[in-house]
Amino acid sequence: MGESYEHQGHTGATLADWSGLQHVSATRVEAACASSGAALRAGVLAICSGLCNIVMVGGVEKMTHRTTPEVTEFLAMASDFPFEQWHGITFPGLYALMATAHMHRYSTSEEQLAMVAVKNHHNGALNPKAHMQKEITLEKAMLSKVIAWPLKLYDCSLITDGASCAILTKPELAKKYSDMPVHIVGSGQASDTIGIYGRESLTSLAAARKAGREAYDMAQAGPENLDVAEVHDCFTIAEIIAYEDLGLCEPGVGGRLVEKGTTSLDGEKPINTSGGLKSKGHPVGATGTAQVYEIYLQLTEQAQRRQIKDAEIGLTHNVGGSGATATVHIFRRD
Amino acid sequence: MNSQEQFTIDQFYTCISQGKLVGGKCTKCAAVYLPPRPLCSRCFSGEFEWVEIPRRGQLLTYTIIHVAPPQFQHLTPYAVGILQLEGGPKIPGMIKEVDHKDIRIGMQLAVEFDLATPMSEWPKWPRYYFRP
Repeated sequence: MGESYEHQGHTGATLADWSGLQHVSATRVEAACASSGAALRAGVLAICSGLCNIVMVGGVEKMTHRTTPEVTEFLAMASDFPFEQWHGITFPGLYALMATAHMHRYSTSEEQLAMVAVKNHHNGALNPKAHMQKEITLEKAMLSKVIAWPLKLYDCSLITDGASCAILTKPELAKKYSDMPVHIVGSGQASDTIGIYGRESLTSLAAARKAGREAYDMAQAGPENLDVAEVHDCFTIAEIIAYEDLGLCEPGVGGRLVEKGTTSLDGEKPINTSGGLKSKGHPVGATGTAQVYEIYLQLTEQAQRRQIKDAEIGLTHNVGGSGATATVHIFRRD
Repeated sequence: MNSQEQFTIDQFYTCISQGKLVGGKCTKCAAVYLPPRPLCSRCFSGEFEWVEIPRRGQLLTYTIIHVAPPQFQHLTPYAVGILQLEGGPKIPGMIKEVDHKDIRIGMQLAVEFDLATPMSEWPKWPRYYFRP
C-alpha cells in the first residue's frame, strides 16, 4: 500500500533496484494484507512452471510515520468503497461485525478474544524481532480503549514498519544454496466478495476454507498433522475464526480452544509462536512472508525460546482485507 | 429499462437521492442484486430490470466505531451494521436514532435517506442509514 503510506508506487522495480538486483524481472503483487502470501503463491507457480530457477518473494510496509486516523483510512481501502468505506465502516469495524456475529451465534466472549491477545503477546515477548516484546494481562486487554466494539486496542494488530522475504528454488537446487532448506508441500489461494455484506456467513471466511482445503490436499495432510501454524490474527476474532476455517476445531468453538490453552506455546497446537500480527506486528505487505520466516525458523530448529519440539509440518494462513483473499501454505522440514 | 450501462452504483445512488432503494433484477434467472451489477454472477446474463426493494429489514450484526478515518471522526462513536432486507439483499450502513445500548441483533430497522449530504466532489453520492 506504498502509494498511500509513502507516495511510492511501482514497488516491484523499486525493491529490485535497492536490492542490487537491477535488470531482473520484478513485479508487485497486490492483495492487501495477503500481498506477500499471494507473492509466495506466484513464486511457487514460477518455480513449478519451470520458467524460473530462483525467485525472491517478499513484502515491505512503512506505516508508523502516519497518524492512526490516516492509517485507518488507508487500511480501509482494501474493503468495499461504495458501501463499506462510504458509510464509515473501518477495518477494525469489519472484523468487529464478524466478532459481534460470532459472539451472538456461538456465545464467544470478549474475554476469549482477549485471551488470543494475551497468548500472542506472551509469544512475542520471546521473539527478538517482534514489534511489541511485552506480556500483557487479561485485565489490561479487557480495559483497553474501545476501537470498534467489541474490539478494543489489544484486540487489534499493530501499525508496524517491516519487511520480510523468502527465497524459493527447485528441490534439486536447494542444497546448492542452503544447508537447511524447507519444502513447500501445499499451496492454496482463493477469493470472496470484496464486501463482507454479500457473504453467506459472517462468522467464517469462505476463501480461507477453500485455500486451506487446496493446501491440505496438495500436501496430503490435514489439520491433525500440523505441528505449528502462523495464522492471520489482524484482530483477535480473526485468529478464532482461522482455527475454525483451518479445521483445528469445529465451527464456533475457536474461543474455547484458546481458553483451554490448546493453541499456546506449550499446547497441543501452538499457533502464532512468533507473536502473530498482534505482537510481532502487521506491516501489511510484509506479513505473509514474515509468517513464512517464523515457520522456517521452527522447522529448522532456530526459534530459540519459542522452539516447538520436533516440528515437522507448519502452515501459514494469510488473509487479505476482510477475507476477499486468502492464501494458505504448508511446509515440511527437509 | 434494459440499457445495461445504467445498472451501476452511480445509478443506485442517484435513486437513493430520489428517495428510492432499488436493485437490479436479472431478467433471465430473477436474481436480485443490491448494489446492481452489469453481469449476473449466477447465469452471466447482462439483461436487468430495476426493482424497488422493501425498506425494512433485520439487523444481522453491528459494531460501535470509536476510531474512524478523518472524515468520520466528528461522528464517533457511531454504530454501523448489516441489514438483511425483506426480499433477500443485504446492505451495510450506519444505524442512527437509537441509543447504542438498545441495539440488538435481530431487531427490525428501516432504511432512511440522508439527502442533506454535500455533493461537491467525486463521489457525488448521498447516504442512506438505518433507524428503528
